[in-house]
Amino acid sequence: MKCQKCNKPAMFHITELTGDKPEEHHFCELHAKEYLNETSQNSDTESSDGLTAALADSPVQKNPMTKVSAELQAIDRQVCPVCGISFYDFRNRGRLGCANDYDCFAKQLEPLITNIHGASEHVGKKPSEIKLQLNDSMKLIKLRRDLDTAINEEDYKKASKIRDEIKKLEN
Amino acid sequence: MIDEMLSQLSQWLQGEGLESEIVISCRIRLARNLSGYPFVTRATETDRRSIRDIVYRVANEIFEQSSFYFVDIDTLPTLDRMYLLERQLISRELVESVGIRAALIDKNESFCIMINEEDHLRIHATTSGFEPMRIWQILNEIDDKLSKSLSYSFHPKLGYLSACPTNVGTGMRVSVMLHLPALAVTKEIEKVFRSLKKVHLAVRGLYGENSQPVGDLYQISNQITLGKTEPELIKTLQNFVPQILTFEKQSRDFLMREQREILLDRCSRAVGLLKTARTIGSVETLHHLSSLRLGVHLGIIENITIDEVNRLFLNTQPAHLQKILGEQLSQNNRDVERAKYLRSNLGSI
Ligand SMILES: [Zn+2]
Ligand SMILES: [Zn+2]
Repeated sequence: MKCQKCNKPAMFHITELTGDKPEEHHFCELHAKEYLNETSQNSDTESSDGLTAALADSPVQKNPMTKVSAELQAIDRQVCPVCGISFYDFRNRGRLGCANDYDCFAKQLEPLITNIHGASEHVGKKPSEIKLQLNDSMKLIKLRRDLDTAINEEDYKKASKIRDEIKKLEN
Repeated sequence: MIDEMLSQLSQWLQGEGLESEIVISCRIRLARNLSGYPFVTRATETDRRSIRDIVYRVANEIFEQSSFYFVDIDTLPTLDRMYLLERQLISRELVESVGIRAALIDKNESFCIMINEEDHLRIHATTSGFEPMRIWQILNEIDDKLSKSLSYSFHPKLGYLSACPTNVGTGMRVSVMLHLPALAVTKEIEKVFRSLKKVHLAVRGLYGENSQPVGDLYQISNQITLGKTEPELIKTLQNFVPQILTFEKQSRDFLMREQREILLDRCSRAVGLLKTARTIGSVETLHHLSSLRLGVHLGIIENITIDEVNRLFLNTQPAHLQKILGEQLSQNNRDVERAKYLRSNLGSI
């Protein structure tokens, strides 16, 4: 199925239940955002200003009578393996959980970022050196989460093992 | 700490900077996150404590120990938090969120680092007057020093990673606070807003995120943080702000020429009200102080300096008022005390 506003494939299927009879809409990502922006009112905290303007804001939350397609729900259920945040959480709160989200949700975030900034690549300053390789950084985040779980489960043997691993990576 | 601050006027309110008749202050903030830790929303208390401790340790290495306050916001009394908020040293988010969080405040109040706000670090600096490049030099230097000891979360393509994609890239927000009473009166301000939108600059009011701009104070800032260098982002404001200043000045001239009586009336009513009120709220105070400030610049009101007016803007806010009086007050009592404070400080005019 094609987007009703352009020729791209329709990714978002929205059923409006607010009128007399249900209205079906089929949009590509861009036009879905446009549509949902028109129908939703923005909140006004500093960061979410631009975000709500660009994000195909959670139709579930903003418009309780709107049914969301299975595709959208599947995107929402994606979870970052490092920090455990779901894409749904992000859409709801407007905050990502960890650095890895930029890569694991890249498919959803890239158009969003381009929409907000009109660009997709950083050209400003860089830190003089990268101290922690991306890989190790992700491992550390995951280990810290595991450590928290181990402590909550009172598995102190496991906790001390994880602590050692964290120390090793930190050095 | 607060006692020491009470005796000094925030640098950004000293009102001697460039274009200070219209520009109240100019600020830049940088959003930074540490690699190896989840962003603040997913951070455990243990993570938050580690982040706080790391920044504290590094700060002691790179700054003179006696040159800054390190304030744990989670254990700070509410009134003191509000005091720091009114001074624009910390944000409402830092005041109201929960969990371990802190602020490193330079004793001259020339820069501040919020820890565990929306991002692990929010470094910001403010000056009075419109001098964004000077602020950038200060912040850039601090950021360079910090990055020698801290491991920033940096993406090869996206730059500095932030908890919200709206800040990714440079993590930089440049903002300027303008006093635009004449544009507000002549309703030309709508035009300004529309043109700002076209160049991706955002406008908001000064006090409270949700409230309408009070006291004709407007904050203009860049919306984009990615795909432009830091100096380029500053340039966008440098290109636009002078135009707004010219526009405001023209509107002031127009009002002085065409509606002199109305303008005189507005200013003298404001003075009358501020000098005679027996109880007055903070929003109403801001409103009239705005007219007073305009009157001083137009030469309608004499015997008071802009510095003194700026001081009144700050000191009549709830937490400042209570700190000056040295006691906690209910809102009703605050309004009475505010009126008293204004009367005693406006005796000369
Ligand atoms: Zn389309
Ligand atoms: Zn994550």
